[in-house]
Amino acid sequence: MTAAAKSGNVIAKYLPVYFVLLGIAGLEVFLAYQNFSTVTLLVILLVLAVSGAALAVMYFMHLMYERRSLFLSLIPAVIFVLLMMNMIWSDSFRLLHLRPFAH
Amino acid sequence: MWLFIISDAITFGALLFGYGYLRTASSDWPTPFKFNPSILNVMIMTVVLITSSLTMLGAVDSAKAGDKGKAGRFLWSTILLGIVFAGLHIREWFGLFDDGVRLFQNPWGSPLFGATFFSITGLHLLHVISGVVALGVIARGFAKGRFTAGHVETTGLYWHFVDLVWMFVVPLIYLLNLSR
Repeated sequence: MTAAAKSGNVIAKYLPVYFVLLGIAGLEVFLAYQNFSTVTLLVILLVLAVSGAALAVMYFMHLMYERRSLFLSLIPAVIFVLLMMNMIWSDSFRLLHLRPFAH
Repeated sequence: MWLFIISDAITFGALLFGYGYLRTASSDWPTPFKFNPSILNVMIMTVVLITSSLTMLGAVDSAKAGDKGKAGRFLWSTILLGIVFAGLHIREWFGLFDDGVRLFQNPWGSPLFGATFFSITGLHLLHVISGVVALGVIARGFAKGRFTAGHVETTGLYWHFVDLVWMFVVPLIYLLNLSR
C-alpha cells in the first residue's frame, strides 16, 4: 500500500474520538435542561468540557504522540496558571452581597 | 505553535474567569438562550467545528503522505466548514441584536452580559476567521509547493485549538444561561 493510499485511514482512526466529542456535546445540552442547581451544573459541565478538551489535545493535536518533555512542560504550566486565576471568586461573592472588604 | 496555543489558552482562560467573576457578582444576570434558535444553532455549530477538526486531521495526514490532491480537498473542506461556522455565529449575533442586546445594554438585566458575551464569542469568531484565512493561504501554498506538510500540521494544531476553546465557550456562555 502506498503512503497516499494509507492517508485515507486517518479519518476512520479518529472517528471514535469524533463521536465521543459529539456525544459529550450532546450530553452537555441534555444535562443543561435537567433540574440541577447552577453550581452542580457548572461542575458537571466543566468536567465534561475538560474531558472533551483532553481528548482533543491528546488525539487531534497529537500531544500523546509528542515527546513527554513537551507534555510535562506545557500542561502543568497551563493548569497552574488557570488555578491561580481562581483567587478572584471570593471577591465576586463579596460584590454580590455588596459587603465592604473588612467583612 | 505550542507556545502560541498555550498563551492563547491562558488568554481565553482569563476571559472566561472574568466572565465568571462578573456573572457571580451580578444578581440579575440574563438567561436569554432559548432552545430554538440559540441552542439548536450552537449544536449545529459544534457539529460543524468538530467535523472540521476531523477533515483537518485528514489534510495533515494526506500532506504527510505527499498526496497533494487529497490534502487540498481536505483543507478546502475544512475552510468551507469554518465559513459555515462563522456564518452561523454571525446569524446568532444578529438574533441577539434583534432581541435588543448591545455591547453595554440588554432588555433583561446586567448590562455586562453583552460585553462579556460579545468579547468572548467575538474573540473566538476572530480566531475562526483568522484560521480560515490561514488555511486558505496554506492550501494554495501547499498545492504550489511553497509550503510543506509541516506547515499544514502547524496550521492544523491552531485549528484544533479553536475547536477546543469552543468546548468551553458552549457550556459556560450558552448552557449556563438557558431561558427556562
